[in-house]
Amino acid sequence: MNLVELEGIWTRLGQEWVHRDVNLAVARGELLALVGGSGAGKTTLLRHIIGLTRPARGTVRVFGEPIHAGNRAAQQARRQRFGVLFQHGALFSALTVYDNVAFPLREFGGLHEDEIRALVMSRLAQVELEPRHAQLVPAQLSGGMVKRVALARALALEPELLLLDEPTAGLDPERSAGFVKLIRSLHAQLGLTVVFVTHDLETLSALASQVAVMAEHRILVAGTLEQVHQFEHPFIQNFFRFRAVVDEREGL
Amino acid sequence: MSRHSVSTLHHIAPPSIERHADQWILRGDWTLQALRPRLKWFRFLLRTSTPELGWDLTGVGRMDSFGALLLWKAWGLREPAVLAMAPDLHTAFERIRQTADMTPPPPRRDWLQPVVSMGEKVLRGADEVRQFTGMFGQVVIEAARLVLTPSRIPLKEVSATLYKAGVTALSISALLGFLIGVVLAYLMAYQLRNFGADVFIVNLLGIGIIREIGPVLVSVLVAGRSGSAFTAQIGVMRVTEEIDALSAMGVSRHQRLILPKLMAMLVAMPLLVLWTSAAALVGGAFVAQIQLDLDIAYFFETMQRVVPVQNLYIGLVKGSVFGGAIALIACHYGLRVQPNTESLSANTTKSVVVAISAVILINALFAVATRGMGMPGR
Ligand SMILES: Nc1ncnc2c1ncn2[C@@H]1O[C@H](COP(=O)(O)OP(=O)(O)OP(=O)(O)O)[C@@H](O)[C@H]1O
Ligand SMILES: [Mg+2]
Repeated sequence: MNLVELEGIWTRLGQEWVHRDVNLAVARGELLALVGGSGAGKTTLLRHIIGLTRPARGTVRVFGEPIHAGNRAAQQARRQRFGVLFQHGALFSALTVYDNVAFPLREFGGLHEDEIRALVMSRLAQVELEPRHAQLVPAQLSGGMVKRVALARALALEPELLLLDEPTAGLDPERSAGFVKLIRSLHAQLGLTVVFVTHDLETLSALASQVAVMAEHRILVAGTLEQVHQFEHPFIQNFFRFRAVVDEREGL
Repeated sequence: MSRHSVSTLHHIAPPSIERHADQWILRGDWTLQALRPRLKWFRFLLRTSTPELGWDLTGVGRMDSFGALLLWKAWGLREPAVLAMAPDLHTAFERIRQTADMTPPPPRRDWLQPVVSMGEKVLRGADEVRQFTGMFGQVVIEAARLVLTPSRIPLKEVSATLYKAGVTALSISALLGFLIGVVLAYLMAYQLRNFGADVFIVNLLGIGIIREIGPVLVSVLVAGRSGSAFTAQIGVMRVTEEIDALSAMGVSRHQRLILPKLMAMLVAMPLLVLWTSAAALVGGAFVAQIQLDLDIAYFFETMQRVVPVQNLYIGLVKGSVFGGAIALIACHYGLRVQPNTESLSANTTKSVVVAISAVILINALFAVATRGMGMPGR
């Protein structure tokens, strides 16, 4: 069953077509990596899935329904089933780290403040932030910390679907590995579905069960890493050229 | 691959809890989404449960941190003696175990707080004054530097600001000026007619509008319109680190951001004052014609005789000074913005309030300083 389905998406931004007939389906439980050159339109595609923008043509279905279907309560309930990590964090600058992560939990309703506290502290621990960081405001965080807090916020409700725009950009290799481990364990435990944009081959090969390559305004190919690797296209050859080097070094 | 990947879309298995003999048996998904519809009920059941009995979690499908937390709390923050569950549920409890009783550093409460915050306010005020003076000095130095190298005057920025703060304000300021002129003249006409002093409307309107109302009206308008825009612009540049980027390239923020605004306002404001006062006078003349049968041509002809031209000069100088004050205050608060939205809105508000207050204060000083000038023969 597909959690996310994009059919015949055409998008025009400014004077240019960013997407021409993009098709993509993400089955439940997949860990799909979306790769593509800078400016290929990956973030724009994620924004369609979240429902922030609408394509000029084509349909977006999330959890089997059009993203804008239903009344306000239905839409909100649907949005609480997925978590989003924006490329630049998009933390609420006036709130502390703690309140940023607690925000979706409070919006969800029905939780006691001590439960919220335990959940927030556990999310922060998951992304390797220390309790003393909880009272900082976003302006006092380093670039990588912003990413990790944003990830903690996206994970706050442990949603079924995670949409992550470059989750490991700006993280050191150890933290990237920690991120991979965290997503894997959540995946095993809760069967999450994750769509993540990445330029990082290590994360890609360690985490992705499916890879979709975006180029020439569409999804060139989607499949397992091996399938994608075999695909003859200059972009793909270039993108994975360095992977061969990595593999060699690791003696694979 | 996950053991859940084949489940259907509406896949939530309703959670349940039952007591069988000496065991609590849990089934279904213990996740936030699944528990939500009957959360109160489950809280109640768990409160009445007894941790001493055995707990059988083998029938649980999925458990997220919230489900684990609920149970953990019900168990009194420790594992019950008899507990059976699938191995991968352990990770969920593991996550919660370390943080369930963790308290973030509590916000400190201090009885001296009121005193401290009052002191902080005073210090902040002093700091503001210091910062404002520093900025003013920097701007003066930059201006002096530009006098030596006129080729570096940021003409583009100046003309852009002239357009945004001046040209685009023409229609609204003319409209406001005209309406104020109409209202004032209308009220005066009634009073003056009672005394048979109809012609004095020219003196009153002439001096009142040209010297006082025109400059102040325009200043209030511009402070709200352009002052807030300046503050917000510089403030957002602080939030997005654009100001730091400028500094990193060796570009002075005073020269590139503040000076052009100041120069443009010094020029634009007197022109706006002239324009607005003219509109107000036209409005006044219009009403005088209707209410007092004073010919419009006669109105303006008389004005030249009874209103000394110094009043116009005073009005224009005031406009320029007010414009400079508004620009400096707006930039000052823009630079004080901390990188968060709360601070941005607070400083924008402050900028407008302080600018208008400053204009009224400076106006009073002007009134005192120029009290002997521009008054028709006594
Ligand atoms: N609001 C907008 N108006 C006009 N064009 C836009 C807008 N937003 C994005 N674009 C253009 O759309 C294209 C795709 O942008 P997008 O942000 O989706 O790229 P991306 O694949 O996420 O790139 P990156 O890997 O660098 O983040 C770019 O060429 C960009 O210039
Ligand atoms: Mg992007």
